[in-house]
Amino acid sequence: MTKLLEVNVLKKHFPLKSDLFGGTKGFVYALDGVTFDLAKGETLSIVGESGCGKSTLGKTVLRLVEPTDGEIWLDGERIDNIPSGQLRQMRRRVQVVFQDPFSSLNPRQRVRDIIGEPIVNFGLAHGSELEDRVAALMDKVRLPRDAMHRFPHEFSGGQRQRICIARALAPGADLIICDEAVSALDVSVKAQIVNLLSDLQDELGLALLFISHDLAIVEHLTHRVAVMYLGKIVELADRAILFSTPHHPYTRALLSAVPVPDPTVKRQRIILTGDVPSPINPPSGCRFHTRCPYVFDRCRVEEPVLRKTGVAGQVSACHLDVVPDA
Amino acid sequence: MSITVSNDFVAAPTLPDVLPPRRARGRVGMFLHRYPTIAMGGFILAVVLLIAIAAPYLGTVDPTALAPARRTRPPPDVVAWAGYWLGFGDKPPAWQFLFGSDMLGRDVYSRVMYGTRVSLTVGFAVAFFSSVIGLFIGVCSGFIRVLDAVVMRIMDGLMSIPSILLAIALMALIGASVQNVVLAIAVAEVPRVSRLVRGVVLSLREQPYVEAAIASGTRVHLIIWRHILPNTLAPIIVQATFICASAMLGEATLSFIGAGTPPTIPSWGNIMAEGRALWQVKPYIVFFPAIFLSLTVLGVNLLGDGLRDALDPRLAKRI
Repeated sequence: MTKLLEVNVLKKHFPLKSDLFGGTKGFVYALDGVTFDLAKGETLSIVGESGCGKSTLGKTVLRLVEPTDGEIWLDGERIDNIPSGQLRQMRRRVQVVFQDPFSSLNPRQRVRDIIGEPIVNFGLAHGSELEDRVAALMDKVRLPRDAMHRFPHEFSGGQRQRICIARALAPGADLIICDEAVSALDVSVKAQIVNLLSDLQDELGLALLFISHDLAIVEHLTHRVAVMYLGKIVELADRAILFSTPHHPYTRALLSAVPVPDPTVKRQRIILTGDVPSPINPPSGCRFHTRCPYVFDRCRVEEPVLRKTGVAGQVSACHLDVVPDA
Repeated sequence: MSITVSNDFVAAPTLPDVLPPRRARGRVGMFLHRYPTIAMGGFILAVVLLIAIAAPYLGTVDPTALAPARRTRPPPDVVAWAGYWLGFGDKPPAWQFLFGSDMLGRDVYSRVMYGTRVSLTVGFAVAFFSSVIGLFIGVCSGFIRVLDAVVMRIMDGLMSIPSILLAIALMALIGASVQNVVLAIAVAEVPRVSRLVRGVVLSLREQPYVEAAIASGTRVHLIIWRHILPNTLAPIIVQATFICASAMLGEATLSFIGAGTPPTIPSWGNIMAEGRALWQVKPYIVFFPAIFLSLTVLGVNLLGDGLRDALDPRLAKRI
């Protein structure tokens, strides 16, 4: 498989400005050396709890947020430092679907104009051709054609998310970043949208960067999963491996928190104590050491790197080769 | 036991008349029902506007014509006339001036009618100019970081001076005329609008639909035109009505203290300023322009309140 997106040691540090003189007090280490790649037509899910940098990662890849350091390659071209003219051309290929379907559509634009906007921006079609394209996109996301002339507030959450997906498809993107794209929807609607996304992926060969905190949805949809904790990827593995034999203690804790809809199942819950440490002042060594049940001296001083575990297709950033079962 | 099935169709029973018939409302009725404040404010404003336009045809005379022989004539004695028409008492003497005459013998009624023009001109012009300029400054400083720091400090400086003092200072600098009153009040109002617009722009910039537009390659000027401006309009319109009201009051205040419209032009503030000396003995000279000013400002404020409710998308969704 050819690599569509490659992200190398990507960093984003947000400066904390002190009010009066605009001096910098410190940084929020939102992304601190994130490396992964994504093949054409593949789905990679980024999971982790709130504040771990998932959304910042998405926005940085979209170049809505300027990276502090690191490289982003799209189809063999470096896109993290290109001038704005070329950046616009890059935007054709990378699109986004946001979490909140209510605020991601301009309340004063008609659906036709919303979906048509990227087409017009890139000069892909005009006049009746534009109308046809928009209609075709609406068919693709299974919206009724008469929705074209209506305003966003006339639609339900699921329908709005379909409009967002149509807008993302409009310029012919290869990569769609779904930033918690289904988190705000009802369970049944969620399933419809997830199915729509995977159908579209099969049909158009889209790559998806699926940012989510919902492991059940991720398991249903993804090829690979990256687990993030405090601005770093702690484990990256194929879906089946991650869900059956998770390696990193944090991944295990996350998985043990997924509810199982069967009251007779007895499970070993791993309860993490304490809060997520502040990304302004992350812990030394392994960032997870303050909450890890298997912590030992080395964890406090030496930062673990992502390395292969015994299982093919799995890397994990933990000093332990074999993590004991809880 | 067998069940016999009748082949006869039975008409559905008519519904009992317990449900009251839905009151049918036309479009206008619906509007009045939903936005009574807009209707009321709009009505008052429409009447005042009509007066301003039709001032020469409302039985007025030249509002600046002096008639020293007929100065300080009172308005008709309402109580005596009512009594006469109801059949008590004698016929009161015929009145010469509906609202009385001032100390130079000018017709207060004509002056008040013509004064409407000054107030409305100042109110609308200030609302228009300060909205447009404030919108421009607000959008610029919302989008250009460097400019923001400088412009907003200037606006802070302007806002730290009470707006009426600022207007008085400007009037002292540029001299008395209606245009200069508009200019002086507009300068004092611009900071408020640009503040408001900047705040709205900053919050709109963070909206996912703006980020999505950036991600779909929309250029900055189109983002402002398509996504920012249409969503700034509602708060601007509401703010403009309040500015209109406060500009009318500002004009009257400036004129009242002699720093506004030149005394040759009949404006409500001028009429009140001239009547002030006689306030205790001839209160009607101040009374009539004051009533008109209050009613007009009330109308504009009601309209603004109603518009704020009507344009709020959260409230607009209710049926």
